[in-house]
Amino acid sequence: MLNHVITIGSEPLVLAVLKGLAVILVIFPIAAACSMAERKVSAWIQRRPGPNRTIPPFLVGIPGIGVLQRLGLFQLAADGAKFLFKEEPLPNHVNRLYYTLAPVIAMVPAFTTVTVVPFGAYLDSSGGIVPLVLANVDVGILAVFAVASLGIYSLILAGWASNSKYPFLGGVRASAQLISYELSMTLSVLPVFLWVNAPGMPGTLGFARVIEFQSGTWTSGGGEWFILVMPVSAAIFAIALFAETNRQPFDMPESESDLVGGFHTEYGAFKWSLFFVAEYANMIVGSAVFALLFLGGWNPLPWLPLATFVHGLHHLTHWAFLLHPVAVGLISIGIFVGKVFTFLFVFMWVRWTVPRFRYDQVMKIGWQKLLPLSIVNLIAYTIGIYFLQG
Amino acid sequence: MAVIHVQRKPLTLMERTYFPQILSGLKTTFKYLLGPAETMEYPEQRPAIPQGYRGVPALVKDPNGREKCVSCQLCEFVCPPKAIRIAPGNAPETGASVQQEKAPQAFDIDMLRCIYCGLCEEVCPEEAIFLQTQYSMTGFSRAEMVNHKDRLYEIGGVRPDKHFKWDVKKAAEESSGGHH
Repeated sequence: MLNHVITIGSEPLVLAVLKGLAVILVIFPIAAACSMAERKVSAWIQRRPGPNRTIPPFLVGIPGIGVLQRLGLFQLAADGAKFLFKEEPLPNHVNRLYYTLAPVIAMVPAFTTVTVVPFGAYLDSSGGIVPLVLANVDVGILAVFAVASLGIYSLILAGWASNSKYPFLGGVRASAQLISYELSMTLSVLPVFLWVNAPGMPGTLGFARVIEFQSGTWTSGGGEWFILVMPVSAAIFAIALFAETNRQPFDMPESESDLVGGFHTEYGAFKWSLFFVAEYANMIVGSAVFALLFLGGWNPLPWLPLATFVHGLHHLTHWAFLLHPVAVGLISIGIFVGKVFTFLFVFMWVRWTVPRFRYDQVMKIGWQKLLPLSIVNLIAYTIGIYFLQG
Repeated sequence: MAVIHVQRKPLTLMERTYFPQILSGLKTTFKYLLGPAETMEYPEQRPAIPQGYRGVPALVKDPNGREKCVSCQLCEFVCPPKAIRIAPGNAPETGASVQQEKAPQAFDIDMLRCIYCGLCEEVCPEEAIFLQTQYSMTGFSRAEMVNHKDRLYEIGGVRPDKHFKWDVKKAAEESSGGHH
């Protein structure tokens, strides 16, 4: 019976379905939790308690449940249930096919990019690092950029199919903004891959090698994270990431003060929440890519790679299970997810601090500041890397 | 008027990158994030109500338990939204209020109309109606939102009195042999 299950489980199609389900089951709750975290962070920054009342009556009185109640966990569940069960409005003036299609198109790239992002690693028997990733493609960063930029079609479609002016303006702004910042973003990560693809090594655009380059010790060298070596690249990438994910101070497509709700003005109920989840999924992937490229991925500290960390822990505690691949995998996932969550918090922190740029300012920053800066940065690092490695 | 030309200093390079300003803003918001909430969790925590607060208007009695209202209807006439309705009547022949001759038979304040302006309190010659510290007035029907006389006395309670006007009158009546 078990063998039978394993045989079915190793069928490529079944495996793909399982992986897809895993992505949905992991990213959906995290994205939902992010929406609650966003509300809580905004509340705390504005010195409010935030949502802290909702609790199902049958759970009242369980000791310690008050903490979850005050964190708004049940509010989150109530909101999710509300989105599932409330009426799906379909305005009369919209293009029905594309209007319905847009949220789906928003979800697909957001969830697809998750599969190529490695989220942890374990040590094989020879002590080598094996990354944990759903689809270990060699074009990692290229796949993320290519698929993530498809997400813009959902915004354009939503804006156009809504057949009303504010969504239309939101869609137009979204496309202009994405094109403007995509360039700087791509140019800003090129130095990292120039560095990683040193002469005499097999060329790769995968994330695994980037991490490998950031996991050295003080003695062996190469342990410095890329944010320390390339701070300008990291800054440009982070700024472009804010613009790409349509987060404040660059949330032109939504811009509720001048465009009502931007591209999702005409959306409600579950379709709207799909846009919302897609935005958070994009943020999660963006944070993950930032952590992988610039923050050392699953290495706990600069010059302290995962392997050294785990062996050091084992040395201190003498717990044999620490060296088991599963334990190492869980530790690395913990470290990596911690970094991603920290960066997600930065997203929210910035949102409730910096006011939104005007549309012309967004364009000016993108084309006149970031793009020349990223080109200069690329040229400078190209020359530097030529002399260092060549 | 002399015009003062203010020389505007050009922004430094760091200022033009926005980064120092954004960082100091982030510092401020992080301080707020960790700080205590400014808000009050209302039904459990109640704000302290200052003296002179203009809450629900209500009738008061003096420390001897005497109704002070003599149903002169000044408050009814002054009330801008016409929230007050008084049915004037004679004071009971016996009991504490016998000296004041008049007392309201019915005294209704429609709290759906009341605007809490305090003119009734200001106009009252008998110091019989006061705006209380109660600020929350709710009900499930329109009828429930009308405060009748007994309810008004219940909300108002007893208020300290300086004059004891009717006791003075009573004493004068008694000393002059019940003749007035």
